Amino acid sequence: MTDVSLSKESIVSFPRGVRIKEDKVRERTILVAPERTVALDEIGVAILSIVDGEKILAEIVEELSAKYNAPKQQIGNDVVAFIKDLQNRGYLDVKS
Amino acid sequence: MSAMSKELSGIAPPPMAMLAELTHRCPLACPYCSNPLELKSVAQELATEEWIRVFQEASEMGVLHLHLSGGEPASRRDLLELTKAAVDCGLYTNLITSGIGITEKRLDALADVGLDHVQLSIQGVDQKQADRVGGYKGGYERKLKLAAWVHATGIPLTVNAVCHRTNMDDVPAIIELALELGARRLEIATVQFHGWAIKNRAQLMPTKGQVEATTKIVENARNALEGKLVIDYVPADYYATYPKACMGGWGRIGINVDPTGLVLPCHAAESIPSLTFDNVREKSLQDIWYHSDAFNAYRGTKWMQEPCRSCDRKLVDFGGCRCQAMAIAGDAKATDPACHKSPLKAKLLELANEQIRPDQNAPFIYRGRYNFP
Repeated sequence: MTDVSLSKESIVSFPRGVRIKEDKVRERTILVAPERTVALDEIGVAILSIVDGEKILAEIVEELSAKYNAPKQQIGNDVVAFIKDLQNRGYLDVKS
Repeated sequence: MSAMSKELSGIAPPPMAMLAELTHRCPLACPYCSNPLELKSVAQELATEEWIRVFQEASEMGVLHLHLSGGEPASRRDLLELTKAAVDCGLYTNLITSGIGITEKRLDALADVGLDHVQLSIQGVDQKQADRVGGYKGGYERKLKLAAWVHATGIPLTVNAVCHRTNMDDVPAIIELALELGARRLEIATVQFHGWAIKNRAQLMPTKGQVEATTKIVENARNALEGKLVIDYVPADYYATYPKACMGGWGRIGINVDPTGLVLPCHAAESIPSLTFDNVREKSLQDIWYHSDAFNAYRGTKWMQEPCRSCDRKLVDFGGCRCQAMAIAGDAKATDPACHKSPLKAKLLELANEQIRPDQNAPFIYRGRYNFP
């Protein structure tokens, strides 16, 4: 809920009231938030399962790029777009 | 889908959200309350263990969001125990409250057991107006206090403002107030004319000008406040071209349980006299959702008449609101008269225009207080 823009040192965390949940009946992973559920794809799950309120953005990108054996630049773009979108909807807090 | 049988998924998807009307008791008496005209008594209410079983069944069948509502849910002495049980079975638990009956200590205890979200109603932006609409002196001040306590716990706060003719001009101030209270989300919901609201339609019906102005204000505020405040807006359907997709479709997303355990497809469903409802005291929630007559009455599109049946929006708005069709057309299967294709649309607008004439300061008929001065 801030206007903080993303940088390599940004720390991303879930605000209270937003979390990941296994939707067993529908066999999928979702984000639950006030009055909303967001179905996550494989990439979304991969990104958000690393979000722990401690790692900085650069570490998240590094970890994903190693895991998927993909260039950091490309992973970085995807991660920033994804996190910005969730930040705008109030689902992620960003601290610089 | 392995967790759900093919047979059941052929009837309907599992419900996403459950509204648990824990009680019809409430210190407030808003003249547009969504509770039915015949309020249920304390003696009829489900016991603690019964509610807990319902929550477990809901979670197992796929409900994700649970809304603890009422009446005022804080009127239940076991609210803490119920909240804990709901959280423990994995439900995203939301408390919908007037703010009356919750002390700071009680709120902190609710936060400690894992309450996920609080939705606080406001009736206006100043004490006099808010307390008049709620029919409760001192209510406004207590709401402001609760909002501050919620903010301190870190629980996300939604402010809910039901709008009608007497407060719709204050929408900019309502948005300001929501921001001041630290809300992350604001619901601006135009009053829906069922039950108590129909009794007060003369004072509550907004003008077309008010509705158009509000729609613009909300649109601008949404853009200006992106990332700061999420605004959900329910416009006045009387003046709309298409009806609202009531409940996101009958028996498709939401399930309501009333204080006595009666399971309803929407909170106003009892206004449709041909329907009979099952009770969680006699049947499982799953059985009722998939197999009861009430839930299957207006599911899908087979029940539809013209102009709905051949309409290309039939899977967009699902024919609109069944209760409004019942109230205005006298037939729950008719097209919602709010739709421009309804032969009753002109009559609906006439009804709205006629209703706007009376003095908006005329006394309300307050919910549950038939002889209120």
